[in-house]
Amino acid sequence: MKTCKRLVLFLAAAVCLWLPLAGCADTTSHSTGVYMLLDTSGTYARELRKAQAILNYLLGTLQPGDSLAVARIDSGSFSEKDIVAKVTFDRRPSASNAQKRAFAQKVDDFVKSVRGSAHTDITGGLLQAVEWLNETGAGRKYILIYSDLEEDLVKGQVRDIPLQLKGFRVVALNVTKLRTDNIDPRRYLNRLDYWRERVEKGGGEFRVINDLERLEKILAD
Amino acid sequence: MTSSIFLSVVPGHPVLSILIWVVVGIVALYFARSYAHQAIRSVFRVVRNAMRVAARSVLIAERNVVERNREVLLAAGLENVERFVEREFHRVDAVVERDLQGYPALHRKLSEQIAKIDEDYRESTDAPPLPPTWVNAVEAVAKIPDPGNNMVASMLGDIHKTLVKQQKQALAEYREATKKRHALLNKMMPYWRRMSQTLEDVGKSISGLQERAKAIDARMQEYEEIQRGTDRAIRMLSSSAMTQFFISGFVLLIAIGGAVINFNLIALPMSEMVGGGSYIGGFRTADVAAMVIILVETAMGLYLMESLRITRLFPVIGSLDDKLRVRMIWISLSILVILAGVESSLAFMRDMIAADIHALRASLGSGEEVAASPSKIPMIGQMVMGFIFPFALTFVAIPLESFVHSGRTVMGSALAAFLRFVAFGLRFVGNVAYYTGAALVAIYDLLIFPPLWIENYVQSRGAEAAKSGGRPAARKAAKIAVEEVSTK
Repeated sequence: MKTCKRLVLFLAAAVCLWLPLAGCADTTSHSTGVYMLLDTSGTYARELRKAQAILNYLLGTLQPGDSLAVARIDSGSFSEKDIVAKVTFDRRPSASNAQKRAFAQKVDDFVKSVRGSAHTDITGGLLQAVEWLNETGAGRKYILIYSDLEEDLVKGQVRDIPLQLKGFRVVALNVTKLRTDNIDPRRYLNRLDYWRERVEKGGGEFRVINDLERLEKILAD
Repeated sequence: MTSSIFLSVVPGHPVLSILIWVVVGIVALYFARSYAHQAIRSVFRVVRNAMRVAARSVLIAERNVVERNREVLLAAGLENVERFVEREFHRVDAVVERDLQGYPALHRKLSEQIAKIDEDYRESTDAPPLPPTWVNAVEAVAKIPDPGNNMVASMLGDIHKTLVKQQKQALAEYREATKKRHALLNKMMPYWRRMSQTLEDVGKSISGLQERAKAIDARMQEYEEIQRGTDRAIRMLSSSAMTQFFISGFVLLIAIGGAVINFNLIALPMSEMVGGGSYIGGFRTADVAAMVIILVETAMGLYLMESLRITRLFPVIGSLDDKLRVRMIWISLSILVILAGVESSLAFMRDMIAADIHALRASLGSGEEVAASPSKIPMIGQMVMGFIFPFALTFVAIPLESFVHSGRTVMGSALAAFLRFVAFGLRFVGNVAYYTGAALVAIYDLLIFPPLWIENYVQSRGAEAAKSGGRPAARKAAKIAVEEVSTK
């Protein structure tokens, strides 16, 4: 009888201790999700080594529990087949390191074997990124676009779709100036303004980082 | 709109209108003078009195705090001295028990040693051999005049030979006896030395006891002074508490530094156990777990120190019966050892994870895997640190106790000083209010100085007329005026 009473007391104490802990359990996600879109059209295919350096930086920076995906911007980018590699890192640092090594290897293989695409469907890539990042449930969501932001769609493709980018940070990396931009710089500025407007209209944040020496700015809040 | 009404009393002459209003205002203020003075004085007197009452209340509170501080200080002082005296008595008891309990054995040992020395001494007494009894006969024979007889000469020669032989024999015997004596004396030497050592030990114990007795005497005087509650005792205890507060605070800061290092040592490997991406209320679970381990170690250290009766933060533990207390010592010590082992393993794991992360980053940068450092010294160092820190944290209990006890006094003094300052501030505000009231009364009079001047003039004229024997009505008016002036 006495033992039973003690057991009941112990269980009551355990419940009392567990309840406040369960109550203060954090429901907000603290993980980071990064989706990087690589432009493989025209001259950009040659720029992919630089993009690989950015990816390596991301692999070194992202923590266990974070998610990372790399996809190519193709003629029709709203497709799973364009995702080169995707991973959600394990909670344990040792396992996460192994995943990072495998990821880096996949990207390396891709960069070595990449072929230029005929068209550039940036909107499709963005839609795909939004979908994937929402699925990861990451708290902070970044979409990195490694492109000149010149969208070139296949005839008949419908991409005039409002983007749902609330809570997303879209970072345009290494936005190269095209030959025509040199003639009329307004074309370059208009391109940036067009994407900024589309992203901000969708509720997201937009910023441009052209200086690849300052990679720490990519994931800065 | 309002200003236009004011300015149009005499249409087309705004200055005149203003002047009329000023005159009307002054006249009105003159007639309301005594009531206005009363109102101003009352308002500021209320403020002043309220401030004085508040200041008095605060001063009473301050006195209570000071009294409470005094009581706390005296109680803490008494407790400290009691602990010291108790400890000294324990030591005296231990010395007395150790030395005086063995006193019969020591006495017997000394007696035996003395008896042995005495016996040896007696045996080693120098006993020179007696000269042969026939020496006198030989001397008598030697005095016989030589008759030139060969027989006598031969006899004397024989006697001489015998004598020389006897002497040699006696000398040899004497030497043998001396040798034996020296041997005996040599045997005595260790006894002497042992006895001297024993006596020296006893002397040390006795002088130690004397020193302890002196220390106890000094503390007892202090105790009596504290019991009497003298100002000297209060001053002494306050300064001691202040010193203790700062010293223990400094040591606690060092301990916090150690805890931070300890935390960094185990936070990373903890993520391998509890996951690197989970959070509890905005904090990483791994960090929380590492912090909990450190806090548990500190708590175990506290229990250990309490159980050992080194500190007295939890009287319940100190008053447990000895059997339970010893059990508690072993339990807390075991948990500490286990936690130290866990920390050491975590430190080992940390080294491995850090090396892996370093290799990964290097490979991402250069594309080549970097071999781990061949030196094991950092890893061993981290493991040793991980093992030692929990035990080092155990001793935090001692400065913590001092900090808590002295903090009570220091905080009490700070609170008393704060209350004194508040009381001073309230009194100051009250006085400022009072003199502001007086200043406002003066300013009021300054605003209506023309009618006041006229009034004074009339009164002085009336007084002069009364002095020079004016009519009775005028005299009466002058008298009233003089009385009014004197009352003001």
